[in-house]
Amino acid sequence: MANITLRVNGSVQTVDVDPSTPLLYILRNDLGLQGPHFGCGLGQCGACTVIINGAAVRSCVTPCSAVKGEITTLEGLAQGGTLHPVQRAWIEEQVPQCGFCQNGQILNAKVLLDRNRNPTDAEIRQSMVGVLCRCMTYYRVQAAIKRAATSMAAAGTASAKGGVA
Amino acid sequence: MTTFTSIPKQIEDLLEQGSSAISRRNFLKGSGLFVVSVGAAAMADASPLNAAGTDQAAATAQAGGPYPDPNFRQLDSWIVIREDGTATFYVGKTDCGQGTGTAFRQMMSDELDIAYDKTTCVMGSTDTTVDQGGSGGSDAIQTDGWPMRRVAAEARRVLLELASARLAVPVDQLTVSEGVISVKADPSRKTTYGELIGGRRFNVTLTGNDINATTGIAKVKAVQDLKIVGQSLERYDIPAKVDGSLKWAVDVKLPGMLHARNVKPPVAGAKLVSIDESSVRGTPGFVKVVSKGNYVAVVCEREEQAISASRRLKVNWEKPATSPFPSSEDLYGYMRRATPTSNSRPNVVGDPDAALAGAAKTIEAEYDFPFQGHTALAPAHATADPSNGQMTIYSNDMKSYGLRNGVAQFLQIPRDQVRVVWMEGPQGYGRTAADDAGFEAAFLAKEVGRPVRMQWMRNEETAWDTKGPAYTFKLRGGLDAQGNLVACEYNAQAADFHHLGYNEPDTVLIAQLAGMGRTKPSSGGASTPSDMYAIPNRRMATAVVSLPLVFQTPLRTGNLRDPNGPQVTFASESFIDELAAAAKADPVEFRQRLLSAGAGDDSGFKRARSIAVVKAAAETFGWDTRSSPKPLGTGNILTGRGIAYAFRGQTVVAQIVEVEVNRRTGHVWVKRIVCAHECGLVINPEGLRRTVEGAMLHSLSRALHEEVRFDTEKVTSVDWSSYPTLTHADTPSRIDVVLVNGDPNPNRPDLPHYGAGEAACKPLIAAVANAIYDATGVRLRRVPFRDARVLAALKGSG
Ligand code: FES
Ligand code: FES
Repeated sequence: MANITLRVNGSVQTVDVDPSTPLLYILRNDLGLQGPHFGCGLGQCGACTVIINGAAVRSCVTPCSAVKGEITTLEGLAQGGTLHPVQRAWIEEQVPQCGFCQNGQILNAKVLLDRNRNPTDAEIRQSMVGVLCRCMTYYRVQAAIKRAATSMAAAGTASAKGGVA
Repeated sequence: MTTFTSIPKQIEDLLEQGSSAISRRNFLKGSGLFVVSVGAAAMADASPLNAAGTDQAAATAQAGGPYPDPNFRQLDSWIVIREDGTATFYVGKTDCGQGTGTAFRQMMSDELDIAYDKTTCVMGSTDTTVDQGGSGGSDAIQTDGWPMRRVAAEARRVLLELASARLAVPVDQLTVSEGVISVKADPSRKTTYGELIGGRRFNVTLTGNDINATTGIAKVKAVQDLKIVGQSLERYDIPAKVDGSLKWAVDVKLPGMLHARNVKPPVAGAKLVSIDESSVRGTPGFVKVVSKGNYVAVVCEREEQAISASRRLKVNWEKPATSPFPSSEDLYGYMRRATPTSNSRPNVVGDPDAALAGAAKTIEAEYDFPFQGHTALAPAHATADPSNGQMTIYSNDMKSYGLRNGVAQFLQIPRDQVRVVWMEGPQGYGRTAADDAGFEAAFLAKEVGRPVRMQWMRNEETAWDTKGPAYTFKLRGGLDAQGNLVACEYNAQAADFHHLGYNEPDTVLIAQLAGMGRTKPSSGGASTPSDMYAIPNRRMATAVVSLPLVFQTPLRTGNLRDPNGPQVTFASESFIDELAAAAKADPVEFRQRLLSAGAGDDSGFKRARSIAVVKAAAETFGWDTRSSPKPLGTGNILTGRGIAYAFRGQTVVAQIVEVEVNRRTGHVWVKRIVCAHECGLVINPEGLRRTVEGAMLHSLSRALHEEVRFDTEKVTSVDWSSYPTLTHADTPSRIDVVLVNGDPNPNRPDLPHYGAGEAACKPLIAAVANAIYDATGVRLRRVPFRDARVLAALKGSG
């Protein structure tokens, strides 16, 4: 066991765990977060995605001791009680079915839009390909990404700049 | 056992909070309080009988446990209105992610005449909501929606009577809107639902032999009078799923809670010889190895400790003497050679033998369909709390009531000491391993005397989750000289011996592995096509075959979204296309001819509505009339279109897809889908569209990717690379869902709401196969259409 210090959604937390423990279990079981989900534990589905240093990271295969940057989870996406444009687009488009995978869909979409404000259909498919949904909400996820891109462009604000990750 | 003895405790508590001045005891007695003495109560049997036929008062006296069944014949069990005029609906369903909770609120708000925004809905927890069975069979709106509508209508009627007394005006001179009742002639004289009953009980007894028949005196509204039904309201559950605030079943944490993981036999049918507990004893957080028969689990303080201990635990297994199953490579040959465990009596119309013998042209085809898994996005899980002699299971199992009953029997705990709290989770659509995990969590919690959270790992889920049965088919058809279909013969075999029911205490996996399961298998079944085609001579025969290992097998079968529908419709609607091609007829026209030729009973207008959906799909797609295949294209990408149609219950669906087939790689992309869908009265059109989209893409995943692979010892599909699923890359660029109302009298005031969801799963796989044929001239008769298989078929055709 060892003390591991993590910066998560703007706060600093220290836990005493085996340093090889995947980040996912710490976030869920020690820090009480409900956004990141266990889907496969193999890095294959994206349900456990968190954002670290602007990148989408699969927390189920990331040892907690390897994490250096600030971690943003789904809970940390809204700023000051205001939902991120991606989250708003998700509600407007009524994307989720069961919703279990949507943590991964939303955070990967956010990272995509931070890097590419106006992705083409092909770029969306390409960048989201490894984020699985067994309710098959892909069609609406893709529509919501385009909707978010439009609203972010209209707002003229760079979520990428102002973003926390 | 006690049944139907009380209204839910939570409702009592809630009402008590709302009227703090009133003592709980008074409350329960109804003494010193207002009692509604209106017709329904008087009309209802004074002492309703419960399912066991015992008197309710006697049953109440026997009630011992903390979780008696909510009484569905009490209006208070369904609806609570607070002093602030808000209402909560308590319903016995669960929402698998299709937004049925929102639809229930819409229907009940409409009947109650209350603003939708003033309502909430509580679902599926066995001690607080009446038992409507949870989810399944697309019956939420079709079946369970009716008692919900009727009880809400009854509450409205009772409130009108109360207002009549208060305002001293006859009911027929009152009007109600959004929870406010006013005098028609003088709208300034009014009262509200909150004033009339807020925080108090209705005390109205309902009637009905079973829960589906539950009713008061009031009639439901005519369709034309419904205002909230038919609106595309946003789903209430979505914001919390998008901002991370939802507490899912996986998130339950209890004081003293332990984590458990299973250790499954490495080979199907293996017998446990010994466990070397020293391989994990003394490791951090280790609590216990629990084993019974061939069931083994490890319990630890922390989740990662349980995972690691389950991997390190040394267990000695003995392989079975004979192979549990053929390999997936040999499955279809095995099935065709096997002696069926049962044959159904064929369904025969006319004289198919004579008609086939006399046909101008006959064709014959065989189709194969693999085992497929539910493979929910996250593995099965449940948390069980055994404190104080009761058992509470937190679960996303869609049939929470069945889980409660099953666990009570399995652990031999009185039913009223067991409850299941339903919470949201990843959906697998059918009889999933969520059932199994619920039993395992409860079993382990009882063993260790502390709350236990059980979760399966990905490899367990993919390998051991129940499967939709594999099928082989053989079809023959005969055309006359004019290309009319005169005879058709359908033979199906399903590898479905010992089909699992839901939450059966003697078929759940732990019961089987622990040697506590049944030894006489259920017989399973195979299905026949669901179409309204008028085929003058037809024989439909089905048989069930068994794999060598019947129990304790990862190839156990259970209901998977629209059970049997995708398999059967793949074969039947592919074959209709083969017949159309043989007749050189356009596939839409060929189907319309078969539908229009029908002269038989058309109750529910199913035939008329079938014609309407096929027409609507073709029009929306922009279908050009010609036979398939089209002349072979020259580039690498070949395009084509295909149609398929089916019904499920009263809901009729036609789907048309456009495909691109890469003739160099064999890759198939379904570029566009049109679905024409007719399910009677639609509660929430946009919600339904998304459900239909998800159902179709689920079938697309089954068409393109899904096949459970196994060798002669074990399932080798264990994760998302060995059991691939649809991805973003496969997503069509356009999906049109047309909600047709093909009912010849769409304005009828009693238009029913039919089950909508699973019907959309049926036709898609055949539509894709038909489109591939249209594009390439190559007929794929085995699912899935993975690149390599398609490429081989293209090459084989020269
Ligand atoms: S749970 Fe981490 S990628 Fe699937
Ligand atoms: S919404 Fe259910 S898994 Fe994606």
